[in-house]
Amino acid sequence: MIPGQFSYHAPATLPQAIALLGEHGYDAKILSGGQSLIPLMRFRLAQPAHLVDINRIDGLAYVREEDGALRIGALAREADLDAEPLVHERYPLLADAIAVIADPLVRNLATVCGNVAHADPANDHPAVMLAYRAEVVAEGPSGRRVIPIDDFFVDTFVTALEPNEVLVELRIPAPKPGSGGAYQKLERKVGDYAIAGVAAQIVVGADGLISEAGVALTNVGPMPIRASEAEESLTGRHPNEKTFADAARLASDAADPVTDLRGPADYKRAVTRTLTARALQRAAERALS
Amino acid sequence: MQTLPVTVTVNGDEHTAEVEPRLLLVHFIRENLGLTGTHIGCDTTSCGACAILYDGKPIKSCTMFAVQANGHDLQTVEGLANGPTLHPIQDGFFQEHGLQCGFCTPGMMMVASALLEQNPAPTDLEIREAISGNLCRCTGYVNIVRSIQHAASAMRAEESVAAD
Ligand SMILES: Cc1cc2nc3c(=O)[nH]c(=O)nc-3n(C[C@H](O)[C@H](O)[C@H](O)COP(=O)(O)OP(=O)(O)OC[C@H]3O[C@@H](n4cnc5c(N)ncnc54)[C@H](O)[C@@H]3O)c2cc1C
Ligand code: FES
Ligand code: FES
Repeated sequence: MIPGQFSYHAPATLPQAIALLGEHGYDAKILSGGQSLIPLMRFRLAQPAHLVDINRIDGLAYVREEDGALRIGALAREADLDAEPLVHERYPLLADAIAVIADPLVRNLATVCGNVAHADPANDHPAVMLAYRAEVVAEGPSGRRVIPIDDFFVDTFVTALEPNEVLVELRIPAPKPGSGGAYQKLERKVGDYAIAGVAAQIVVGADGLISEAGVALTNVGPMPIRASEAEESLTGRHPNEKTFADAARLASDAADPVTDLRGPADYKRAVTRTLTARALQRAAERALS
Repeated sequence: MQTLPVTVTVNGDEHTAEVEPRLLLVHFIRENLGLTGTHIGCDTTSCGACAILYDGKPIKSCTMFAVQANGHDLQTVEGLANGPTLHPIQDGFFQEHGLQCGFCTPGMMMVASALLEQNPAPTDLEIREAISGNLCRCTGYVNIVRSIQHAASAMRAEESVAAD
C-alpha cells in the first residue's frame, strides 16, 4: 500500500534536524532505519506531514567503547553492531538480541536507537537496555541531556523524548569483571516479534555470589517490563538452579501479557518463566567463563 | 505537491527522475525505471521478493522511499546476467531446480549474490540464515540452498581459473 503525502526533509546536520523538528512539532517524524515507520505509514497507521530523514547526517553511525560505556550512535544499524567483534566479546546480551531481531535484510537498515525510540513493547532492545541499565542521550535545541533508561519508556509507543529531540546515543555501562548476560526469545517463525522475550545481565562477585542483576521482559505487557522483584531475589545468592527458578517465578509474576495471535496470556506467562531461567543460566555460564 | 529529484546508479547506469517523496523505492524501480524483475510480494515488509542491493547490501526496497536512495548505488536482478550468459547464481537455480513459480527468485538471487561476495564458501546453515528474510511459497527451500551451493562452487572454480 502507498503511504499518505508528506514533505521530505534531509538535513545535513543535527542542529538543522532539531530546528525542523521544532518548526513542525507533532506533525513531524524522524526517519532513521524506516523499518517500523514505513510499514506503519504504508498501512496509514502513521501519517506524518513531515519526515525528517537523519540518514544524511555525518558522524552518527558509530559503535565504540569509551569512558566506561559502549556508545551506540543514532545511525548504527543492527548489522553494524553484529559485525563488531567487541559487541560479541563484551556485550553478549546485546549480540544475542540482534541475532533474533527481524531478518538480515531488515537488520541492514534498522537502527538500534530507532528500535528503542519507537518504544514498541514488542521490540527487543528496550528490555535489553533495561537489563543493562543503559542511558539514553537526547539532543534538543538547548543541547544534550542524559535520560536513565528507567525514565525513558512512558507508555506504549511513548517515550520521554520531546518532539524536538533526537535520540543521538545509547550508552551501555562497560561490563565489570564477573559480568555475563543473555537474551532468550521465543518466536513463531524467523523474523517475527517475540511471543515473549527475556533479557538478563548479572555480575558474580569474587565471593561467588550474585552482586548485581538486571532482568527485563519483552512483549508481555503494554511496555517493556523490569522484573524488579526477580532482580532483588537474585542479589546475594549463589548462581544456581534454585536461585534461577525462584527469580523465574517472580519474573513471570511481573509479566502482564494479553491473549492474542501469539498465544493465550497464561501460556506467555509460562514461557516467560522458562525463558527467564534459561537466560539466567546462560548469563551465569558466561559470567563464570 | 512536493516533488524532488532523485539520481541513482542502477546496475552501473545513472538514472534521474523527479518523484513524490512518498514513492517507495520498489515502485520507482518497477514503474519509473521499468525494471520489473524486482517483485512485490507483500505489504508488510515480510517476504523479501523486493530485495535489491543498496550500496552492496541486501535490503527490502518496499521499505525505503525513493528519495532516500538519492546518490546511492543499486543493483537489481537485471544486473546479474552478462548479455545472453547467465550469472552463475542464475545458472545454479536453473541446474538445481531452485524455483517453481519464480516469484521469490529475484530476491533470493540478490541475497545470494551479497552472501557469496562476502562468503564464497558458505555452509548450508549460513545460506539458510542469509535467506531467512525471503519467503518462498513453492520450493520448501531445499533446492534453493542447493542452487546457491551450486553457484558458490562454480564461482570458486572461476576464481581459481582466473588466479592461475
Ligand atoms: C519484518 C520485520 C520484523 C521485525 N522484527 C522485529 C523484532 O523481532 N524485534 C524488534 O525489536 N524489532 C523488529 N522489527 C522492527 C525493526 O527492528 C525496526 O527497525 C525498529 O523498530 C525501528 O528502528 P528504525 O531505525 O527502523 O526506525 P524508524 O522506523 O525509522 O523509526 C521508528 C520510530 O522511532 C522514531 N525514531 C527513530 N530514530 C529516532 C531517533 N534517533 N531519535 C528519536 N526518534 C527516533 C521515528 O520517528 C519513528 O517514530 C521488525 C521490523 C520488520 C519490518
Ligand atoms: S514486498 Fe514483501 S518485503 Fe518487500
Ligand atoms: S518459487 Fe514460488 S515462491 Fe519461491
